[in-house]
Amino acid sequence: MTSPRLPLLRSGEPSPRHPEEAVAGEALSPGRRAFLRTAAAGAAMAALSSCGTGVEEFFQKHFKELKPDELARVLARIERRNRERFGRDTKVGAEGPRAGVFFGYGLDISRCVGCRRCVYACVRENNQSRRHPQIHWIQVLEMEKEHGVDLSHADLYYEADAVPRPGKFYFPVQCQQCRNPPCVRTCPTGATWKEPDGIVVIDYNWCIGCRCCMSACPYGARHFNWANPTLAAEELNPDEHYLGNRPRPKGVVEKCTFCIQRTRRGRYPACVEVCPVGARKFGNLLDPESEIRRVMETKRVFVFKEELATQPQFYYFYAT
Amino acid sequence: MGPRIGWFLLLAAGAGSFIAVGPAVAAGGAAATASETLVEAEAPPFSEGIFPCSSCHGDLPKNGERRELAFHDEQQSIFSHDAEHRWCLDCHDLENRDVLHLTSGAKVKFSESYLLCGQCHGDKLRDWRLGIHGKRVGRWDGAKTYFLCVNCHNPHAPRFKGVAEVVVDGKPTVAPTQEFLKPEPRPRRPEEQRQ
Repeated sequence: MTSPRLPLLRSGEPSPRHPEEAVAGEALSPGRRAFLRTAAAGAAMAALSSCGTGVEEFFQKHFKELKPDELARVLARIERRNRERFGRDTKVGAEGPRAGVFFGYGLDISRCVGCRRCVYACVRENNQSRRHPQIHWIQVLEMEKEHGVDLSHADLYYEADAVPRPGKFYFPVQCQQCRNPPCVRTCPTGATWKEPDGIVVIDYNWCIGCRCCMSACPYGARHFNWANPTLAAEELNPDEHYLGNRPRPKGVVEKCTFCIQRTRRGRYPACVEVCPVGARKFGNLLDPESEIRRVMETKRVFVFKEELATQPQFYYFYAT
Repeated sequence: MGPRIGWFLLLAAGAGSFIAVGPAVAAGGAAATASETLVEAEAPPFSEGIFPCSSCHGDLPKNGERRELAFHDEQQSIFSHDAEHRWCLDCHDLENRDVLHLTSGAKVKFSESYLLCGQCHGDKLRDWRLGIHGKRVGRWDGAKTYFLCVNCHNPHAPRFKGVAEVVVDGKPTVAPTQEFLKPEPRPRRPEEQRQ
């Protein structure tokens, strides 16, 4: 049982160097360091090009830190990429939030008939992947009147010749644009955040595809591009927003943005316009004369999973 | 002093514009705010060749007695609007066939039929004027088109079933149908995503 012997310095041998001396010393000459730097950069570029991401994208600053000229270059680059990918011209905007606007969305459960028109209008408007994977930002749940809003009696995959079916009601779920969004808090890269007008957005260039946000979202409102999105060029909506419906790459998360490319320009979201029963209401919560405020002031309104304190900006109501 | 005067002028200007504009009421049925313009959607078309009603009724004797009609089977066969208590002349006018009338006797154009609906369904009329009931398309911050009661409800069988897109005078609008809507295809289940 002898203890391991420590190496002893004998007289005449050089004493160990201080770490700073080791770095600055002749062991790592400037020429060698430059070589290593170049080699590392080359390897990184090779890795980037093999996974389909350009160097510019990789080194792109956070969206909120982009200067106007940098943002213009980013948008131009995305339009160029769109042209390469789809052979079509697109217009990618990045309109910011308006002062004095805080969006609110109302859905009249006593009107919705479960026809799923909103689901597919959303897919067309927002350039979602059609198949492999099929991504729907709106999920219409069929529930039983007998049980009320109860997820243990909900069917996403109902099929019928005619709706509404007797004894059933319909409960569409999409991103609730929470004021206290768990998805934002969990994102490790700051790729998703809540805008001042209340829209929770994702920067697909900063999303690393870890899907933490998906596990944090209690509404199942976030969807992952497991494969390259399938989107035919003729079905591409060329009217796009950087934080919204621009075509996504493989490996990023996406979600409802209240049709940011429409609503930031003053239009209603696509789901509101397509709804054949007028169950969907949208407007500015800060405008006392907006439709959504009138709904909130005169109808029975509730939020989904209120007990989780996510404080949605998406309200369900009964107009009857 | 300068900024204070500036604020005062700003406030005065704001108050002035509020008084000048005020809450406006659109020419049509729905209530408009100062910042928005409301456009009425085209009403669904009449059955072909049926309007103006006076083209036939002008020559017929006026009979106000409730009875089974020999004509207008299209409406009679589907009529389910408190059918036990009501019939044609509760809404259609005996004297002037080309208009409708309220219970007060006041004449109402076909294009303002929402006034008739509102006699019984006042809560719905109120909600519709505010944009809660019914559908609007266009801009949340400005000009929008609102649909009329008759765009979604057939007045002879008003329970909502479905709507179909139609073109009236070259303008797209919607008309109620007697068939329920068929839902779009269900989403793919997770296990079907790879197929």
